[in-house]
Amino acid sequence: MSMQITAQNFEANAKKALKDPNLRKAMQIIGGPMASRRVETARELPEFEALRDEGVKIKTHVLKHIDLYLEKFEQQLTARGGKLHWCRTSREARETILALCRSRNAKLVTKGKSMVTEEIGLNAFLEEHGITPVETDLGEYIIQLAQEPPSHIIGPALHKTREQVAELFEEHHPDYELPNVPGVKAGPRSTEPQVLVTEARSVLRDTYFKADVGITGANFLIAETGATVIVTNEGNGDLTQSLPKMHIAVSSIEKVIPNLEDLSTILRILARSATGQEMSCYTTLSCGPKRPEDKDGPEEFHVVLVDNGRSEMLGTELEPLLRCIRCGACMNNCPVYHSVGGHAYGWVYPGPIGAALDPHMIGLETARHLPNASTFCGKCEEVCPMRIPLPDIMRWWREQAHEKQITPPLQRWGIEAWAFAAKNPWLYRLGARVAIGLLNLLGKDKGKFTSLPLVGGWTDGRDFPAPQSGSTFMSQYKKKGQKSGVTK
Amino acid sequence: MTSRDRIFATLRAGLKHTVDDPARPAAVAERINRRTPNLVPQRAQIPHAEQVALFTAKVEALTVTVDSVPAEQDVPGKVADYLARHNLPSQLRVAPDPLLQNLPWSERPMLQVDYGPGRSQDLVSVTPAFAGIAETGTLMLHSSATTPTTLHFVPDHHIVVMKESQITGSLEDAFARLRDKLGTADKSAAENWPRTVNFVTGPSRTADIEGVPVLGAHGPRRLHIVLIADGTP
Amino acid sequence: MSQIDAKPRVALFVTCLVDLFRPSVGFAAIKLMEDAGCIVEVPEAQVCCGQPAYNSGDRKDTAAIAKQVIEAFEDYDYVVAPSGSCGGMIKDHYPALFAADSEWQRRAEDLSGRMHELTSFLVDVLKVQGVQTAPQDVKITYHDSCSGLRELGVKGQPRALLDSIGGLEIVEMQTPETCCGFGGTFCVKYGEVSTDIVSRKTADITATGADLLLAGDMGCLLNMAGKLKREGSAVQVRHVAEVLAGMTDLPAIGEEQK
Repeated sequence: MSMQITAQNFEANAKKALKDPNLRKAMQIIGGPMASRRVETARELPEFEALRDEGVKIKTHVLKHIDLYLEKFEQQLTARGGKLHWCRTSREARETILALCRSRNAKLVTKGKSMVTEEIGLNAFLEEHGITPVETDLGEYIIQLAQEPPSHIIGPALHKTREQVAELFEEHHPDYELPNVPGVKAGPRSTEPQVLVTEARSVLRDTYFKADVGITGANFLIAETGATVIVTNEGNGDLTQSLPKMHIAVSSIEKVIPNLEDLSTILRILARSATGQEMSCYTTLSCGPKRPEDKDGPEEFHVVLVDNGRSEMLGTELEPLLRCIRCGACMNNCPVYHSVGGHAYGWVYPGPIGAALDPHMIGLETARHLPNASTFCGKCEEVCPMRIPLPDIMRWWREQAHEKQITPPLQRWGIEAWAFAAKNPWLYRLGARVAIGLLNLLGKDKGKFTSLPLVGGWTDGRDFPAPQSGSTFMSQYKKKGQKSGVTK
Repeated sequence: MTSRDRIFATLRAGLKHTVDDPARPAAVAERINRRTPNLVPQRAQIPHAEQVALFTAKVEALTVTVDSVPAEQDVPGKVADYLARHNLPSQLRVAPDPLLQNLPWSERPMLQVDYGPGRSQDLVSVTPAFAGIAETGTLMLHSSATTPTTLHFVPDHHIVVMKESQITGSLEDAFARLRDKLGTADKSAAENWPRTVNFVTGPSRTADIEGVPVLGAHGPRRLHIVLIADGTP
Repeated sequence: MSQIDAKPRVALFVTCLVDLFRPSVGFAAIKLMEDAGCIVEVPEAQVCCGQPAYNSGDRKDTAAIAKQVIEAFEDYDYVVAPSGSCGGMIKDHYPALFAADSEWQRRAEDLSGRMHELTSFLVDVLKVQGVQTAPQDVKITYHDSCSGLRELGVKGQPRALLDSIGGLEIVEMQTPETCCGFGGTFCVKYGEVSTDIVSRKTADITATGADLLLAGDMGCLLNMAGKLKREGSAVQVRHVAEVLAGMTDLPAIGEEQK
C-alpha cells in the first residue's frame, strides 16, 4: 500500500491514536525496553560518545564532498559490474524499477526492508503494473497483510498486537496451521510470537526461491569499494538479494560514506542506537553481480539512487538531516511519539526526524503540525547518534510557517499581540497585574481551576493551578522595598 | 540534461563557494585510500589470547554454541555430535572450500556430505569463515568460488569451522586482513572485491511482534562454531 | 568571584511564571543568593525572555524582546533565573538570534556568559555546599526539567543542595529526565497529547511514594501539579527554591489558600 499522506490531519490522527488501546500497549514497549536497551549497550562501551562525535565528523566531511564521493562510488560500482540509476524524483525511481523488473519479465518480487521504497510508493505502483511485491521483513510483511503503512522506521508493525498478527495470518494464509515449535504450547490459534514467527518463516521460504527480482534498501554506499550495505536482524534481506536473478538496491544519495573504516565507526553507533544491540545480526556488503566463478548470487546488480529533494537540502538549515542513519532512536525516545505512535505523523518518516524532514518532502502546508507537535524537550537530539539538532530544525520550520503565514491567523495574531506587550515593559506589567488579579479572584478559594476559557486544551485533562496571590512578584517586591532596592 | 546531471548540479549549487576548492579531490582521494582506523574501542585492542576469549564470550552471549577442538581432524566428530544433540538428519551441505574438503569426513561414515550452494531442502550447512571479530562476537564471511553465501542464510543450522588464528580484535582489523588477502600485484583489494561480504552476529532474530525477541526469523535458527585451536597467527 | 572578595552583584531574572503564579519562588531565590553572600537586585525593566515568540517562529519579535533583556541586565556580574527554560533561552539561544549583527551578538554573548540557572549558580559558581535550612522530614522526588537538564547541565546541583537538608529523603522516579509534556504553548495547542504525556509522568511520580514533587521550572510544575490535582493525588508540588530556602509556609502549587 503506498503511503497516503495524512500529515495535515495530525490533530485528528493523534486524537484517534490516544484512544487506541493496542497502540498504547505497543508504545509502552518502544518507550520502555527499546529505549532502555540503548542506554545499557551505550553504557557498556566507554567510547560511545566519542564514537558519535566521529560519526558526525565522517558525515560532515562527506557532505562537503558528496558530489565527489558519489562519483567515486559510481565508478567503483560500475567497475564491479553493477549499474547505477540516478533518479531525481519518486516517479522516476518507480519507473526505473518497473523497467528493470520488466526486463526480467518479473511477476514476483521479494523485498527487504527499505524506507526509501516506502517514500517512493513502490509497492502500489508495482501492483498496478501486474507485479507482486512481497515484503519479507516480518514487520513489513505483517503490515503489508494489514494494508497499513509502517508506524516506526525499524519496527514497522510494533503497533500490532500478537492477537492481531494471528488474526492476519489466519485470514491470509490458506494453510495456517500451528507449526511444530518445541517448547511452545500450541493452542487453537497460538498467539505466541515464536509460533507466529515460524509461520511467517515457512510461508515466505518458497517465495524467496520463486522470486524473479529481489529489492532491498541500502543503509550505506561505500565509495572505496562500490558496495552497498544492508543491516538487518532477520536475514530476510540476504535471502532477498542472493536468491533471485536480479538484485535492485534502492537507496538515496546521502548514504554514501568514504571507506570501510568509516563504515566500522558508524556501525558501532547504529545498532546500539537503534535496537540496543552491539551489532545487528547481519551486516552485508554487496558489490556487483555474481562473479563468473561464484556458485550463487544474482546475475544482475542495480543500484537505484533516489534524490527526491535531498540535494536541495545541502547548504541549507536542513543539511544536518542528511547525516541521519535512520536508527529510530529519536522516535524511541520521543514523548510525543510515545503518545501518538507513528501513523499520526501521516507520512513515511514519523517522530522527530519526520517532524524535521517531512515538511521538506511533502510541503510545509501539509506537514505544518509536525514541527509544532513537539515539546522541544531535546531528548531526540540527546540520543541522535549523529547529533542532528532536531529541535532547532523544527523551530526553523516554525519560523518558515510564521513568515509564510502558514500558521493559523489566530495563533499568529495571538503571539504577535503578546509580543507587542512584551516589547513594552510598562504595558506588560500592567497586563500581568490585571490578568493575575482576575485569575486570583476567581481561583483563590480552591487553589486551582477545573476549567478555564481559552485554555481548554489544558483544563480538559488537568487542573490549572491558581496564582499564589493576587499580585505579581514585581509589585510585591516593590512594596516590600527590599534592602537592595529596585534598580533602574 | 540527464537526472544525474541535474542531481549533481543541485549538489554543487548547495556546496556554494567551496565547490571549486582545488583541495577537495585530493581530500577525497586521501580519505578513500587512507586505511587508518578512526577511533577503535579499547576492548578490541587486546592480546590475541584475550581476543579469543572475548570472541567466545561474545558469541555465547548471542546463543551461539562453540566447540573447541585441538586439531582439524577432530572437526567431523564435533559436527556429528552437534547433529545428534539437535536430533538432526546426518546430511550436511558443505562449502566447497579446501579446508572443509580436506577434513576426514569419511571417519564418520554416517555423515552424508555434499558440496555446493544452499538449497531450500538443506537443513544444515558447514562453511568456513574469513575472520572472527572479538569486539562484538561477529563472523566475517565472503563470497568466492569456494564459499557460496546462500549457505550462510538458507539452512536452519549454520555450522562454521574456523581457526583461532582467524580471530581479530576489531572490525577494522578484519577489513585490513581482507584487503591484504584480496590485493594482488596488479589489482587493488577494491578491484578484487568479492560480490558480498557478510558479517554475522548470532543467529537470525526478530523483535517485530510486540518487541519480543525470537530467534530464527528467516535465516539460521542456530549458529554453531567449531573452533580449531591453532594458536596465535 | 569568591565570597571573600567584593560581594557579587547579581540580578534576578524573575521569569513570567514566577512573577505571575508563584512570587514566593522569587523571594526564595533572593534569600538563597543573599545567604550565599550576593547582593541581589531585581531590574524593573525586565520582561519575558521571549521564548513563546521564539518557539512560535516569530524570530523578529524575539530579537526585539531579547534586546530589551540584554539591556536590562547589562551591568551585573551575574544574572540568575529560577528556571532552566528561561535561563537556557538567554544563555543558549540569544547569541544565535543576532548572527547578522555583530554588536548585538557580542552583547548577547556577554549576557550568555553571565547567565545562570539558580541551583547551578549556587553550586557551580558560588560553590555552595549546602543550605542552612531547618530539617524537614519529607520524602521528595525531583523532576529534571528538559531545558535545565539538556541545555544547562542541571542535574546534580539541586540534588546536592537538597541532600544538605536534614531529614529530607530523595526517591528517584524511574525516568526523572523524561519530559512532563508542558512544552510552552504545546500544552494548549496539543492539549490531549500533552495530557497523555503528563499522565505517564504522574504515574512515575506516584510510584515513588514521595510526599513532595520538586523541580526547577514553573511551567513543568504547573503542568504536573495540575495533573496530580485532577487525579486527586496527595503529592504536593513546589519549586525547589522554596524548599531550599525553607519557605514552605505558603500552600503548595494548586493547593487551597489557607
